[in-house]
Amino acid sequence: MNRHLISAADLSRDEALLILDTADELARVADRPIKKLPTLRGRTVVNLFFEDSTRTRISFEAAAKRLSADVINFTVKGSSVAKGESLKDTALTLEAMGADAVVIRHSAAGAPHRLARWVRGSVVNAGDGSHEHPTQALLDAFTIRRRLGGGREAPAGAADHQADHQGEGLDGLKVTIVGDVLHSRVARSNVLLLSTLGAEVTLVAPPTLFPVELGGWPCTTGYDLDAALPKSDVVMMLRVQRERMNAAYFPSEREYSRRYGLDSSRMALLPQHAIVMHPGPMNRGVEIAAEVADGPRSTIVEQVANGVSVRMAVLYLLLSGLDPAKATTGADR
Amino acid sequence: MTGWLIRGARPLGGDPADILVRDGAVAQVGPRLAASSARGTQVIDAGGLIALPGLVDLHAHLREPGREDAETVQTGTRAAALGGYTAVHAMANTDPVADTAGVVEQVWRLGRQAGHCDVQPVGAVTVGLGGTRLAELGAMADSAARVRVFSDDGSCVSDARLMRRALEYVKAFDGVIAQHAQEPRLTEGAQLNEGEVSARLGLTGWPAAAEESIIARDCLLAAHVGSSLHVCHVSTAGSVEIIGWAKSKGWQVTAEVTPHHLLLTDDLAQDYDPVYKVNPPLRTQADVTALRQGLADGTIDCVATDHAPHPLEDKETEWETAAFGMTGLETALRVVQHAMVDTGLLDWAQVADRMSLRPARIGRLAGHGNPLAPGAPANLTLYDPAPTEAVDPACHASKSRNSPFVGMVLPGRVVATFLRGVPTVLDGKLA
Repeated sequence: MNRHLISAADLSRDEALLILDTADELARVADRPIKKLPTLRGRTVVNLFFEDSTRTRISFEAAAKRLSADVINFTVKGSSVAKGESLKDTALTLEAMGADAVVIRHSAAGAPHRLARWVRGSVVNAGDGSHEHPTQALLDAFTIRRRLGGGREAPAGAADHQADHQGEGLDGLKVTIVGDVLHSRVARSNVLLLSTLGAEVTLVAPPTLFPVELGGWPCTTGYDLDAALPKSDVVMMLRVQRERMNAAYFPSEREYSRRYGLDSSRMALLPQHAIVMHPGPMNRGVEIAAEVADGPRSTIVEQVANGVSVRMAVLYLLLSGLDPAKATTGADR
Repeated sequence: MTGWLIRGARPLGGDPADILVRDGAVAQVGPRLAASSARGTQVIDAGGLIALPGLVDLHAHLREPGREDAETVQTGTRAAALGGYTAVHAMANTDPVADTAGVVEQVWRLGRQAGHCDVQPVGAVTVGLGGTRLAELGAMADSAARVRVFSDDGSCVSDARLMRRALEYVKAFDGVIAQHAQEPRLTEGAQLNEGEVSARLGLTGWPAAAEESIIARDCLLAAHVGSSLHVCHVSTAGSVEIIGWAKSKGWQVTAEVTPHHLLLTDDLAQDYDPVYKVNPPLRTQADVTALRQGLADGTIDCVATDHAPHPLEDKETEWETAAFGMTGLETALRVVQHAMVDTGLLDWAQVADRMSLRPARIGRLAGHGNPLAPGAPANLTLYDPAPTEAVDPACHASKSRNSPFVGMVLPGRVVATFLRGVPTVLDGKLA
């Protein structure tokens, strides 16, 4: 494993499988009366959040705490950093406190790359602008493997959580990702990771919400959701932000929903075994209808639970091989 | 009166000759000038060095007044002299903006006091670069600074009617509007050339069409009113095509390209290091190739640095919050040698044309950009194309360190620069 997890492209197939397999092991901790392992005792994990995201922060916090790490939450309000403390100063402060890992969420793409130059601990990207969100892709892959691993004949809703999928990839599974690809870090990370794991990824969006040039993205693309659904084992709906329509990406919420929203009638086009995913938070009634989100083929709640296991695995694998960080003093620098 | 006898230099890269400089002018040029003519002069052995007319930059940000933490006229002109320049145009986006006779005269005077090279202020086209009201272009033209180039550089004069009026108005004093071509609506929040790299990095794209559409519009406007348009920092293959088309019509359109757009591409942004963040953005290899070709065939008239110094804290940050711009005065000639001469696209006479003669003509600077011939003001640069060395911004005279060429091994070294017969640089150091 690299010292950092910044992009899903950093992961080879073996490394990605190691994370998923480790997450499988660690998931069992959640079923115990005491949900805690001593593995990272004495290690410090900082959650450095420059952007509000309660769900991601809580997930990382739970993951670190279940591994007995000390957790410091450092939330920087909005972009007040612009004229206040710089990212570099924040990094040096964390470094001086001896952070073993910094989990960073930032509205600017590339902020984790910059941070990694200034801290010695591991940097985990928890979402940077429109760039990437690699642990989201890992938890999505983990969820897909649990539901559809070992063949896609398993009836929907009857996923066997005890099944052993160790070492298995997502080979041949067809995953359709729908929505605001242009601005989505979830889409970028998923295209990279799911293809590394052998899945065939199709992106579906209105042309305005695709990058103009996709270059060598390992996926196919289309504008027609109805055409893609019958061939999908997984359909992943992306959150579409209402303000996009003000920048003329699409005419109205209603039209978006009609052409690219997943409702009950579209659900009928999916194969019986197919599952529905969403990274949250959802706009019910826009990209996904409430009855679909709450239906038996939705994995949305499971994704949240799996997020903790996957993040435990990431922190464990990044930190257990490294020496603990030491707090630095001015004299050391 | 002292003078200088420059022995054995190769004017424009041609056969070795001696150049005698007296009273601020070139007195004689010829093979083996008699020692007698050297009486009362100091002799420089310039064997192996290329002699060029002093370089002229149409586009530099000297930051004074207002951002003296980034650069001053003093430090910026030192950098210019060390880069082989004898004249630089100082862009108007200072604080206060150079939109009045008072500010342009101040900058002009600061240049005279510094003395390292001539500083020719560029006047703003619109009041405060606001893009809504014409600045007093005539007052700046009539001032001691004799402004002839007007530009809102940093922002685009996007209002078509205002641009038309500006082009029309400056005809009265043979002025030229230097346009920063950037359609504002197409580049809201833009960070990097819109293409494969911006898609991968999740940075808001900067479409080539945002530059090209303004250039096309402005060429049509310049033709319609019969005025002179200069296009700043051309960065796309499409822009080169449009400018070539306008020139083929005989319209008064000129254009510049920066050293960095001749060498660097957008994939350098992959680690989000803001030293590569610049406006217009770095483009693709296909654009670089087209820009080199355009400069070689004369579609693009000249190289201009767009020297844009920034203090460390404005670059040591997230990409999106970092300042746009790169330093360039001290590396321009070396980059041009690397990208254009060593590739066989330009010879040294053409380098002189693109970096001195043509920019001086576009900037209406009679005292610069003259052939190295008797009678011409002795503005010249001695350049050694042989050595190669990695670029180290820590050694630069500019106050700022944001050179995108950091660590790159580039050929060449400016050995001496003469401003009207007086050395500003000797043996690669400020004289």
